Amino acid sequence: MSEPMSAPVVSPQAPAQKTPRFSLDNRYIAPAFITCILLAGHLSFGILESYQKTLLAIATSIGLELVLGRIFFHKWVHPASAYISGISVGILVRSPAFWPYALCSAISITSKYVLRVKGRHIWNPSNFGISVMLFLAAETVATLSIQWGNYLLPMLVIWALGSVIICRLRRFHITGIYVASFITFAFIRSWMTGSPWQSEIAPITGPMYQLFIFFMITDPKTTVRSKRGQCLVVFLVAVVEMVLRLDQIVYAPFYALFVVGPTAMLVEIWLDSRRANATNRTVAQ
Amino acid sequence: MTGNRIARAVLILFFIGLLATPFVIKRFSARREADRSKFEAKTALARHGFYLEEVSQAAGINFVHQSPKLDPKLDPIMPEVASMGASVSIVDFDRDGWPDIYVTNSAIGSKNALYRNMHDGTFKDVAGQLGIADVNQPGTGVSTGAVWGDYDNDGYEDLFLIKWGRPELFHNDQGRGFTRVTDQAGLSPWINANTAIWLDYDGDGLLDLFVGGYYSEDIDLWHLTTTRIMPESFEYAKNGGRKYLFHNLGNGKFEELSAKVGISSRRWALAAAAADLRGTGHPDLFVANDYGVSELYFNDGKRFHEVGEQTGIGFAPKSGMNAAFGDILNQGRYAVYVSNISEDGILIQGNNLWMPKEGTTGDAVKYHNLARDFGVELGGWSFGAQFGDLNNDGTLDLFLTNGYISLDRNRSYWYDFSKVAGGNSTIIGDAKNWPAFEGRSLSGYQTKRVWLNDGAGKFVDVAQAVGATDTYDGRSVALVDLWNRGVLDVVVANQNGPLLLYKNTVAPQNEWIEFELEGTSSSHGGSNRSAIGAQVTLFWNGQQQVQEVSGGSGFAAQNDRRLHFGLGQNPHIERAIIRWPSGKVQTIDQPAVNQLHKMKEPA
Repeated sequence: MSEPMSAPVVSPQAPAQKTPRFSLDNRYIAPAFITCILLAGHLSFGILESYQKTLLAIATSIGLELVLGRIFFHKWVHPASAYISGISVGILVRSPAFWPYALCSAISITSKYVLRVKGRHIWNPSNFGISVMLFLAAETVATLSIQWGNYLLPMLVIWALGSVIICRLRRFHITGIYVASFITFAFIRSWMTGSPWQSEIAPITGPMYQLFIFFMITDPKTTVRSKRGQCLVVFLVAVVEMVLRLDQIVYAPFYALFVVGPTAMLVEIWLDSRRANATNRTVAQ
Repeated sequence: MTGNRIARAVLILFFIGLLATPFVIKRFSARREADRSKFEAKTALARHGFYLEEVSQAAGINFVHQSPKLDPKLDPIMPEVASMGASVSIVDFDRDGWPDIYVTNSAIGSKNALYRNMHDGTFKDVAGQLGIADVNQPGTGVSTGAVWGDYDNDGYEDLFLIKWGRPELFHNDQGRGFTRVTDQAGLSPWINANTAIWLDYDGDGLLDLFVGGYYSEDIDLWHLTTTRIMPESFEYAKNGGRKYLFHNLGNGKFEELSAKVGISSRRWALAAAAADLRGTGHPDLFVANDYGVSELYFNDGKRFHEVGEQTGIGFAPKSGMNAAFGDILNQGRYAVYVSNISEDGILIQGNNLWMPKEGTTGDAVKYHNLARDFGVELGGWSFGAQFGDLNNDGTLDLFLTNGYISLDRNRSYWYDFSKVAGGNSTIIGDAKNWPAFEGRSLSGYQTKRVWLNDGAGKFVDVAQAVGATDTYDGRSVALVDLWNRGVLDVVVANQNGPLLLYKNTVAPQNEWIEFELEGTSSSHGGSNRSAIGAQVTLFWNGQQQVQEVSGGSGFAAQNDRRLHFGLGQNPHIERAIIRWPSGKVQTIDQPAVNQLHKMKEPA
C-alpha cells in the first residue's frame, strides 16, 4: 500500500523512470490522505490503542528505508513511501505486543530491497509484511479491523476523499474494477453458500478494505503498467479472493494480492524481457 | 562490486533473520509460559504447592446448565445469542458456618439450584424446597446470574436474581425459605442483564443494587418484533441495555437513581465489580462492556463520575467479560482483570490487567494494561476470572475460564463471524444478516488457565499440571473455602455444561488466615450486615495485602464473602486492619494463623 502515489519519487532507483503525470506535489498526497484517515479515526473513535505502537511502526519503516537506501542506492531515499508503509502497519496490525509492529514494518521495507526481479520489487511491501506476520505470528497478530465503529459516515468520507485522490492519480479504474468485482462475487457467494448477501458484502464496508482498495491494490510500483493489464490483474485478485473466501480464509484479500500481484509482475517482466530481446535482435539484424 | 555483494548478502541474512523472529520469540516465550506437564497430584503438590480435583459427582452435584431457546427468528444464530446464563454465587444462606452454592439455569422451565452444604463433603439441592428453583417460567425470562446481599440487615443474605427478563428479589426468611418481594421492592419490570452487584454506594448502611443491561430492556427475546437486536458495532456499540442503580430506601423499597447519580451508559455491560480504589471510603464501580471500552466510575458518595479515559482504561475497545480486583503485588492496591477475546490469527484482543501506575493515587490514579508483562494476557475466548491464593503462598493467583461455543470440533464459525463483525452497522446490527451457525464451533473446547503468581510480576499457567483440565464452555467462577479447611476451592459454571467443583489440596506447610465480617447497621450509622465494601489489610512478614468483601465480581459470579489470605511458610502476622463501610477502623494485633476470625463491627 505504500507506494501508490509516491513511488516514482521515492523509489530507490526510480528517478529515471519518473512519469510526468506524477508531479512533485503528488508524493505528499498519499501520506496526507492516510494521515487524515488515521487522525480522523483516532479523534472520532480512538482507533489507536497506543500512539507508541503506531509511532514504532512508522519510525521503524522510515529508519530502515533511509538506512537501506543509503547503503544500496547511495542516497537518502524520500521517506514518504516508508511513512505510508509504517502508518498502514500501525493501522492494520492488531497486537497487544509492541514487537509485531516493528517487525512487520521491517519485513515490509526490507522485502523491497531483497525480493527484486530485474530491478523491480514485486510485492507490495505492506501486503507482504502483513501476510507474512499472519502466517508466522498468528498467535500474536491479527488484523480483524473494526476500528471505525462500523458506521457509514467515516466510510463515506474515506470513499469520497479516496476517490478524488485516486482519480487525480489516474488509478480509479483499479479501485472501481475491484469494488465492482467484489460486489458481484459477493452475490455469487451468497447464492452458492446460502449466506445472507449482506454478510458477503459486509467486509467491503469495513475500514480494513478502505486501505486495501485505496492503497494496496493501486500501488504503482507493484502493479503492471498497462491500464488494461491493471484491470485484468485486479479482477484476478478479486477472483482469487473469491476462491479463498469460499474456503473460509479470513484474510482472503491480503493473500489474494500476495499471490496475484507478484505473479502479474513476473509475467510483465518476462514479457518486457522478451520484447527487449526481440528489439535487440531486430537492431542487430 | 565486492562491497555491494557483501552488503547484499548481509541484507539477505538480515531478511531471513526478520522472518525467523516470530519463531524465536515463540520459543523463548514458551519456555516461561506454562507448565503443560500431565496432571499428577504428588508432582503438582511438590512443584506448585497445590492441586485441584473435580469432585462434583462425589459431592452429590449433577447440575447441567441449559441454554435458553429464544425467538425462532434467531434460530440460525441461536448458539451465539443464547450463549450466556450459566452462573454461580456463594452464600451461607442459613448461617450454619458452611458455604452453600447457588447456580442458575437458563432454559424456559428449567430449575435453578441451591446446594446446601451438608458438612460432610456433600451438597443437597434445596432450591425447590425453599422457593428459589422454579424461577424460569414462561413469560418471565430466564436466569443469567445471582448475587446475595442482606438488603434489610436482618442477618440473612437475600437473593437478587439477574435475568434476561423480569429480575427478582427474594427475601431470605432466616434460612428457612425465601419470599418473593420483587413487586414491593419497586424493581424494573424487564431487564436483559448479565451483571448486577450489591454495594452501599452512599454509605448509609443499606445495600444498594447496580444492574448492568446487555440487550436493550425493551426487547423480549422470546417475542421479537424485529431482528435488529444485535450490537451496532463490534467495538463501539452503544445500543445495549440501560444501567440501573437501585437505591435502597430501607423499607423494602428501592428507588432507581442511575441518571441522577451520573450513570447513563448504554454500552453492553457484561461484568461489574465495586471496590474502593482511591481510599475514599466509597466503592468505585468498574463495568466491563462487550463491544466497547470498559467504564470506571469514581464514586464520591453521592454521584458517580465516569473516568475511563481520564484513568487510561477507556481507550482500547475490546469485548470485556469480566471484572475482578486483586492486590497482586501485595502493595495495598488493586489491579483489575478484564477478560476479552483472543483467537490465533483472527482476533488478538488480549485480556487486560489494569495496574495502577506508580506514583498515581487518589483522583489522579492512572492505570496501564500490564497483562502481557505479567503473563496473563492470552486465554482464548475468555469469560469469568477470579483472584485468590490457591496455594496459600501469600500471593493472589488467577483462575480463568475460556471457551465460547463448543459444537462441531472440525468446523469453525470464525470466518463468518469476522465477515460480519467488520461490516457496517446496518449489517452487524441485524440478526438476520448473520450467517447460520449450522452446528459449527466458535472458540470451543478451550482449556482453562490457572495462573500462579510469583509475587514479583510474573504469572505462570499451571492449569493442566494441577488438574484443571476441563474444556467446557466456562462462564462463571467463584472461589470459596467450601469445607472450612483453609484453602480456596473453585466452582465453575459452564454454559450448556456441568457445574464443576474443583476441590483444592494445598501443601500443608503453607499457612492461612480467614475473616468473616459482619456489619452492625443501626439508625446511628454503621455498615450493612453483609459487610460488603469492608476492607481487610493484612500485614505480615514485612508485606501487606488488601482484600474487600464483594457484592459480586468476575462474570456473573460472587465469591464467598469470607476473605481468605494465604500466608506462606512460617508467617509472622503483625496486624490486620479492618476498615468498615461505615468508616470505622479496627485493628487486630497479631491475629492467630490457620483459623477463621469472625469479626463483628464495633459499636
